[in-house]
Amino acid sequence: MPENGASSNIAPAKAAPAGSGLAAAQETKRQRTRMIIRAVGMLPVLLLLCIGFHVLSDGRFFTGQNIGIVVQQSAVNTVLAAGMTFVILTGGIDLSVGSILAAAAMAGLIISKFPDLGALWLPAAVLTGAVFGVLNGGLIALLRLPPFIVTLGSLTAVRGAARLLGADTTVFNPSIPYAFIGNGALTLIPGVLSIPWLWVIALLVILVSWLVLKRTVLGVHIYAVGGNESAARLAGIKVWAVLIFVYGVSGLLAGLGGAMQAARLYAANGLQLGQSYELDAITAVILGGTSFVGGIGSIWGTLVGALIIAVLSNGLILIGVSDVWQYVIKGLVIIGAVALDRYRLQGSART
Amino acid sequence: MSEPILEMRRVSKSFFSIKALRDVDLTVYAGEIHALMGENGAGKSTLMKILSGAYRPDPGSEIRIDGEPVQISGPLGGRAAGIAIIYQELSLAPNLSVAENIYLGREVSRGGLLAREAMQAAVGPILARLGADFTPQTQVANLSMGQRQLVEIARALHARSRILIMDEPTTALSAGESERLFALIRQLRAEGLAIIYISHRMDEVYALGDRVTVLRDGTLVGSLDKGDIRADTIVRMMVGRDVSSFYKKDHDPKNDPNARQGAPVLAAVDIADGRRVKGCSLTVHAGEVVGLAGLVGAGRTELAHLIIGAAPMISGHVEIEGRAVSIRTPGEALDAGIAYLTEDRKALGLFLDMSCLDNINLAVLGRDARFGGILDRDKARDRAKRAFAGLGIRAANVGVPAGGLSGGNQQKVLLSRLLAIGPKILILDEPTRGVDVGAKSEIYSIIDNLAKSGTAVLVISSDLPEIIGICDRVIVMRAGQIAGQIRRDATSPLSQEEIMALATGTEQLDA
Repeated sequence: MPENGASSNIAPAKAAPAGSGLAAAQETKRQRTRMIIRAVGMLPVLLLLCIGFHVLSDGRFFTGQNIGIVVQQSAVNTVLAAGMTFVILTGGIDLSVGSILAAAAMAGLIISKFPDLGALWLPAAVLTGAVFGVLNGGLIALLRLPPFIVTLGSLTAVRGAARLLGADTTVFNPSIPYAFIGNGALTLIPGVLSIPWLWVIALLVILVSWLVLKRTVLGVHIYAVGGNESAARLAGIKVWAVLIFVYGVSGLLAGLGGAMQAARLYAANGLQLGQSYELDAITAVILGGTSFVGGIGSIWGTLVGALIIAVLSNGLILIGVSDVWQYVIKGLVIIGAVALDRYRLQGSART
Repeated sequence: MSEPILEMRRVSKSFFSIKALRDVDLTVYAGEIHALMGENGAGKSTLMKILSGAYRPDPGSEIRIDGEPVQISGPLGGRAAGIAIIYQELSLAPNLSVAENIYLGREVSRGGLLAREAMQAAVGPILARLGADFTPQTQVANLSMGQRQLVEIARALHARSRILIMDEPTTALSAGESERLFALIRQLRAEGLAIIYISHRMDEVYALGDRVTVLRDGTLVGSLDKGDIRADTIVRMMVGRDVSSFYKKDHDPKNDPNARQGAPVLAAVDIADGRRVKGCSLTVHAGEVVGLAGLVGAGRTELAHLIIGAAPMISGHVEIEGRAVSIRTPGEALDAGIAYLTEDRKALGLFLDMSCLDNINLAVLGRDARFGGILDRDKARDRAKRAFAGLGIRAANVGVPAGGLSGGNQQKVLLSRLLAIGPKILILDEPTRGVDVGAKSEIYSIIDNLAKSGTAVLVISSDLPEIIGICDRVIVMRAGQIAGQIRRDATSPLSQEEIMALATGTEQLDA
């Protein structure tokens, strides 16, 4: 409808006379502010939450031990959300990461119990994840099936596979190799500063993701496919290859997440492990300002999003909110944070 | 003349510190077609949006309808004041019927149930008055672009609008559909409606306009009465300077030694897709600009898509420099040296959220990359800056998103991407659609320079003066087949009548 009120929201930027120098300068300034706001994104929300919990918990939030717990708890979700960022940037979705995580952890633990192969459990877990991811990508890219449907299917099917792997029991291995990545810490300054290995891995994943997205040809192609798939195809981009890659990465990182969980727990259970992790991963990406339709977003935003989720869980426990209310509050904060983001972006287009 | 139906006095509109409109006066009478012209960004859209109620004008602005001051506010304000706008991009829901679209948002119900039959009955007479060849029950998805425009007009008439604003209404129409639309617009004028007609196309303004008002940079340049409407005057008013040679054609393949010898650079041989393209052959030589003319729906874009591998062909093949090549994807076409500029730059060409820099470099990122995939950012920046300077792209810097640029600048960004590849063959599909006069002229001189440097250029265009102005040879398509070709030579320039005769098939009647 021409009378549609929504169209007037974006109109002022279009109507500015593009020819005149003043307008162009104004336009850049406006775009710059918008970019800064996008880049900073949810960081202020994260800081406010931290300070708020610190005050409400009588100073128990900003302690070395508690921060250690927060980052450790956010590590696996950060890794999953990094993979999810690749997928959502192309305008897709991967609902199967929780199930893939479970299957990869099961595969890893089973391999770790073979005396000769034990040390290979870690690559085996990562590889298992990558294989499931590439299968997802193949179905989406080559058979042109919708990502939501394909990964909804594999959410169920791979969960079943994870249970099959351990004959539906919990697999233990108290002497699993590389257990330190799950529970150890990298000592930077002895006695003063050490970083949990889980968090080191998560940060490395974010850094590599950033390099791929911002510094490689493939990265530009990922943004291009998400921004305009038909145009990408006409521009000679192998869209199918890009799609297989992003789902492959998402699977691979889910596999890595599985390995991290296995190393932390010395055990895996095909039924329980990774249940509804995909929702936390998607939430982190969206909180991080990545557009659900693709083409816009950054990996740093995802990191902030994952931290917000971890801080919320930790802070609510610290101040003694009951488990039931934690769910309600977390949900509301997520909706509120995204609404705030929308509002600020709209405001920035006008001022 | 009688009392004006619409008077706008000292209308201004600022967005923060930017004045999009400054003290613009516009007077429109019932029973006149008032053409509104100006380059993109001149303020036409802003003026329209004020009339539709989407924008509120600055204080001090005055709008009178039938002499009465009115406040048009909110999306429904325009309709309440009797003003209807037919937008460039049609705003119909394709999944609904004609009657449902006309009543959209104002559905009539009886006892809580949709009074479908009553609505269809009310729409029928309006469609008949417009001479529509479809029924109120027809689903809009099954209508051509011209028919959809009729639905929009029917919606305006149904709302009893007396002032009809049409924004580039022929952009998506074939020549035949345009002619029918013009007849209809004249009929509406005779019925006493006031029509504000916005167009970039001079021939339309000649054909229709009773008066022309020209805007530039948000200010009123002036109005011309019918007798004074002349192309050079209007262009001068629009761009603020003399445009001595609008179409630029200095290249001449007859003087180009490369062009005369050997096989054509591009030859399409008997290409068909089994649906819209029925066995087409054409050739383009080095240094030659060949026009591909025809009505909308003749299969020109489809033929181009087959040549570049964007759609599968069922028979025929493509030869490059005399050798048959297999092209199955647009990527392979680029590798073979064929670059294609799409007619739909927003849907199929540009990445609106991505920077101009990325848009320009997209096709050559892999070629420039180091270590098999790491971006060479300096090279990319240099290339984008050279493109900005070389093609005269006007934007604050190469880092701004392409979506924020005007149509002409967007087109130049897209063209830069193709030129970065250094193609042997360039297929341009409606290269100046939605582009303002100044940028049009610049694009023509880019095409001319490319031909001079030996590129083979195939231009698909519905703008006949454009084809005549820049092409060496014109191939005309009709209903999926090549209807014929016309060569330019010194004694007989290309003629619009000849092309139209081939495009519509009327030459067979004469024979």
